[in-house]
Amino acid sequence: MTHTPHRLEVQNISIGYGDKIIMHDLSFQVPHGARVAVVGPNGAGKSTLFKALVGLLPVKSGRIIIHGESLGVHKDCVAYVPQREEVDWRFPVTVNDVVMMGRFGQMGWFKRASAHDRSLVRKSLEQMGIADLAEHSIGQLSGGQQQRAFLARAIAQEPHILLMDEPFTGVDVTTQEVTLNLLDHLHRKQVTAIISTHDLNLAASRFDLVLLLNHRLIAFGTPQEVFVKENLTQAFGNSLLVMENGMMLVDECCPPDEEHHHHAEAQ
Amino acid sequence: MNFLFEPLAYEFMQRGLLASVIVGVLCAVMGTYVVLRGMAFLGDAMAHAILPGVAIAYILKGDLLIGAGIAAITVALIIGLFTKDGAVKEDTAIGILFAAALSLGVALISTMQTYAVDLSHILFGNVLGVSVSDLWLIGGLSFAILLTVALLFKPFLVISFDPVLAATLRLPAELLRNLMLVLLALTVVVSLQTVGVSLAAAMLVTPAATAYLLTRRLLPMMFVSAAIGALSSVIGLYLSYYFNIVSGSAIVLTATAMFLLGFLWKRIKSV
Repeated sequence: MTHTPHRLEVQNISIGYGDKIIMHDLSFQVPHGARVAVVGPNGAGKSTLFKALVGLLPVKSGRIIIHGESLGVHKDCVAYVPQREEVDWRFPVTVNDVVMMGRFGQMGWFKRASAHDRSLVRKSLEQMGIADLAEHSIGQLSGGQQQRAFLARAIAQEPHILLMDEPFTGVDVTTQEVTLNLLDHLHRKQVTAIISTHDLNLAASRFDLVLLLNHRLIAFGTPQEVFVKENLTQAFGNSLLVMENGMMLVDECCPPDEEHHHHAEAQ
Repeated sequence: MNFLFEPLAYEFMQRGLLASVIVGVLCAVMGTYVVLRGMAFLGDAMAHAILPGVAIAYILKGDLLIGAGIAAITVALIIGLFTKDGAVKEDTAIGILFAAALSLGVALISTMQTYAVDLSHILFGNVLGVSVSDLWLIGGLSFAILLTVALLFKPFLVISFDPVLAATLRLPAELLRNLMLVLLALTVVVSLQTVGVSLAAAMLVTPAATAYLLTRRLLPMMFVSAAIGALSSVIGLYLSYYFNIVSGSAIVLTATAMFLLGFLWKRIKSV
């Protein structure tokens, strides 16, 4: 299989549940290897977009094209790191089992794991700094370690596109650091990473492109292009505060389990 | 030793024992999915839902297993129909059908002359009445179900643990979920003769719940669950022979005792 052009194209997609449209007529193109931050207020449709990109939620109209072909033609080239509440932590699986699941797509459903699969799992665990926890039940780990286990699974999958929904929310500093390092590592390996975040500062400093959403496309481009007052006002409305020195703050509550106020700044 | 061999002098006891062990293992293995996927209520409903099918087969002097199978699949399809597009919540749909099927079954059975005996056989099983052809049917169906579970171990693991990964891996999740329901329905049908309609649900849940307490990976959980299911069946059947109690009850009570032991062990270990 050859995979050129390496890129993701979203053409005029509308997504929603039942009659309710959550994302209207969204179009953007991501060159391969880019780091894209998906930013917008709560309920702007970020998670919904991710579900569509993964193939969980069919698009109502428009097309999602990966490597020049429709979504689903290339199996398992998209990896997704779920939000914490999407996983049943009491399920009887070890960390190693979870990461091995990332290999299932390439392994085939009736075959046993090969030496290559096992070494990839091992390396992914080491890269995420949780190799010593391999035989622990997934439920015994801390929140940050659990997230790293799912990151390890995503790397083991050897994806071309990695999707992460709010990986920086409610995790410890080590996990944040490991996640950011992974982002740079993936960039060097030409893996496209699309990550939703509430942290505008992080989006401005560690990403190549920013996708600003509020039920539709507000802006897409480099952080300098996107983070201007007009765009942010359109996206965040009243929760945007402009300070006298021109600094902008977004003041809004984080996702439901995070009740503290979250301040972020942009240039 | 005579104590162990004496019941086996009777051929019907040998067949009964074999059938119970097969059913014990089958229910225990399917039960791991029932416990992990939170389908206990569905399992219970499925067990009761086959009652009208069994009753009609009984009245028409047809094969009980075929009647049960048709009823189980009909109910699974009706649940699917009611819950399509979220018209009715799944547990509500199950609750309605569960009660309706049980009532219809009892109504049909109450028209028979030997009402009391027949009802008790259907509800609580009649393991000593297992014929050679029954045994072949039980064995064959169980083998087919367990083989399917073994072959689809990985896809079933993924759709149970992480439906989102299943979607990214392009698994036919809907098809696999329906297949699991059909396997569950067939399991209930197979266990009809040994533990009966009302106790099949217990054999689906109890051994698997015990194994859940004792293990931390899916495959070991299945094996431990199977061992508990088999052991409960053997011990239960001997208890039923020596104390003259209904075999289905004896088997389920044995499994429950093992669950309590497992629960205590876990508690003591974690202190």
